[in-house]
Amino acid sequence: MSGRGGRGRGRSLFTFNVDSLGFGRGEALPTGVQAPSPLYPPMQFRPVPLQTGEEVEYMLALKQELRASSKNLPFHIQPSAPRKDVARYSDKYQSGEAKCGEWTPDWSRLPKELCIKVQKSRKAKTKPVVKSKIKPAAPKEVLQKLENLEKKEAENQSEEEEDEEKKQKKTGEEEEEPDDAEDYNEEEFEEETDYIMSYFDNGEDFGGDSDDNVDEATY
Amino acid sequence: MTAQEARLCGLLLREHFGEVVEKVGVHLLRSGTLNLRALAHETSTSLDLVKKCLCVLVQHGMSKFGPGRRGPAGPVEYQINCERVLYMLRYPRYIYMAKSLYGDTGELVVEEILQRGQMTMSSVVRTVADRLTQNMEDGQSMDYNEVINAFSNLVETHFLQRCPPVDSLGATVTTTSSSGTPESSANTTPQSAQPESHPDCYKLPQIHLSGRGKRRRSSGDAEANDRRAKRAKLENTEVCGDEGIYWQVNFERFHLHFRHQAIISAVASKLDQTSSEIVRTMLRMSEVTTPATAAYTQAVSANEIFRALPPSYNIARPILDQYLTLLVDDPMEFVGKTGDSGGGMYVVNLHRALANLARATLESVVQERFGSRSARIFRLLLRKKHLEQKQVEDFAMIPAKEAKDMLYTLLSENLVQLQEIPKTPDHAPSRTFYLYTVNQLPTARLLLQNCYKAVSNLIERRLFETKENKRHLEKSQRIEAILASLQASGAETAQLAEVEEMITAPERQQLEALRHHINKLDSSENQVDETIFLIESYINSAASSR
Repeated sequence: MSGRGGRGRGRSLFTFNVDSLGFGRGEALPTGVQAPSPLYPPMQFRPVPLQTGEEVEYMLALKQELRASSKNLPFHIQPSAPRKDVARYSDKYQSGEAKCGEWTPDWSRLPKELCIKVQKSRKAKTKPVVKSKIKPAAPKEVLQKLENLEKKEAENQSEEEEDEEKKQKKTGEEEEEPDDAEDYNEEEFEEETDYIMSYFDNGEDFGGDSDDNVDEATY
Repeated sequence: MTAQEARLCGLLLREHFGEVVEKVGVHLLRSGTLNLRALAHETSTSLDLVKKCLCVLVQHGMSKFGPGRRGPAGPVEYQINCERVLYMLRYPRYIYMAKSLYGDTGELVVEEILQRGQMTMSSVVRTVADRLTQNMEDGQSMDYNEVINAFSNLVETHFLQRCPPVDSLGATVTTTSSSGTPESSANTTPQSAQPESHPDCYKLPQIHLSGRGKRRRSSGDAEANDRRAKRAKLENTEVCGDEGIYWQVNFERFHLHFRHQAIISAVASKLDQTSSEIVRTMLRMSEVTTPATAAYTQAVSANEIFRALPPSYNIARPILDQYLTLLVDDPMEFVGKTGDSGGGMYVVNLHRALANLARATLESVVQERFGSRSARIFRLLLRKKHLEQKQVEDFAMIPAKEAKDMLYTLLSENLVQLQEIPKTPDHAPSRTFYLYTVNQLPTARLLLQNCYKAVSNLIERRLFETKENKRHLEKSQRIEAILASLQASGAETAQLAEVEEMITAPERQQLEALRHHINKLDSSENQVDETIFLIESYINSAASSR
């Protein structure tokens, strides 16, 4: 009807008696509405107050408790963390509290395809990749590099030692031998501080590839 | 499934299982049946995350899986059960019901199973006993046997049931009657479709478990923690004889109980306490013999009712007869009379009662939103079925102009429908009857959708409020943590007060206001759910009686 009202105001447009709709003679018809109705229309009547009482209070407490505890259950699945630009010092404090208990589903009740294959632990997983990066260096080059390094070592021995120590601490868990580390080219070596190492690690963790997932079937 | 339902499902999934599950769940909800690869691809989520999500959904009984369209050799396909997801809204009510029926132990049993979807009996007993021990005074602990008793009670009264067994192939169970492709439902193994149809559904396994709940030390050092974890692991691997038998909450049974409660309390508020006790007795007597979808209970004679009444009520036989006559004559028709043998045979009209309760709900919605005079027109139309505009004005005894206004408002809100009956085939308005009417079932459906929308809005609002005040909330949490640790280390009161003052007065005020708002929003959610439950049961009953 609003479409008709928009075209003209003539009463003759209507095939029925407009009076029966409740408009008297000479009264203007309401214009068509062109805008959407307001998001929060004013309320004609105030809503009745909520029920109160022991039961209501208890259910409220139950609801809030459920909501809080569901966050800590293993069923609350975290999205995979976005690839980080840099590793920040604060990262390790923002991981949130650990979930209480892990969950091992009964695979006999689930389709087999849902089972994520359990792989070797984190350390075992990281190592081969690191090594594989090292291997391509040809033995000859390695020798040459070692020689170079020996020369260099003589020059700034003290500095080197400090670096070395630091690194050994950091890479302790990866059991990487210092010799291996020297296989990196000069530039990288110089820049190679804790920062680079940890960055490298992180890249590994958030590989996105299905094979890279670590905590597998228990979540 | 409607748009509102899907929105609410998404919000509920996010709240309980996080955003990833929400994404996967909502997509599954929208597309019906999908296999794993397609689901991962279409939600552009990594395969492993999708797997985890599906595990969670299946664990909670919200998702079903079965052989796909290409038969048992093809990929497994998944569906999500919208209704089951929406039950999450009602969790507090289930738990509260278990508490009022079976005390704290029953409450914790149901709470644990609801939170974990399905559990073995032995793990429920252990967890609940530990939790109860935690809350007891020092030196006391909860005996496993007490928890086992509560658990058996819940099973015997069918509030808990075994999860239906999964076929040994691991990929053949399912599916629901709804939305499955005909091929997939044809492949369904019949015994696993409904948990009720399994013979052992309510059979308790023999479990070998004795001992008491253990207390978790509050201030245990790391080493003790480690040891305890190891011990816990050991215990978990201990054989109790019920491995592989999982239990879930029987929602249907809870709903029956809610329905009975609704009828009893309606009788209590319409008539009086005594008559509600009579109806309660009738419902209890027929609880076992009446099937869940029956329109009315098994007929019981007045004599039987008299014998079954608890002696504490002190209702004499003649008074009982009077009350029964009163109940039968009541316009709400909760109780009906089916015969005269045995002092009169009586039934509880379950479906009629639900329809009447739903009608009362609709009337009160109209009254609260549009005023009592609009409600008068609405009731008038409900009673007289079809009325012309002129008749409405006359019968409702409201001035013509106002009556028209109200009628049109109700019409535009779809609470009232308009039926045209042309006298001539050209539908000329001057030669047409315009009859106004109220169709209760469609109007109830409309109200149900409005309720879903209201709950979604409440949740959105709560999330918004929490987000707005995130900083304050985090600060207060941190300070509470500091206070707790200070108190544990025995700090002075002055020191404590100093820390407490780190939250300024306006901040405190804001937090207080926030808490108040959130409580109100949460409480509203619970109360809207009561309406949702009533209307849902009415719609289901109307569907089953047709």
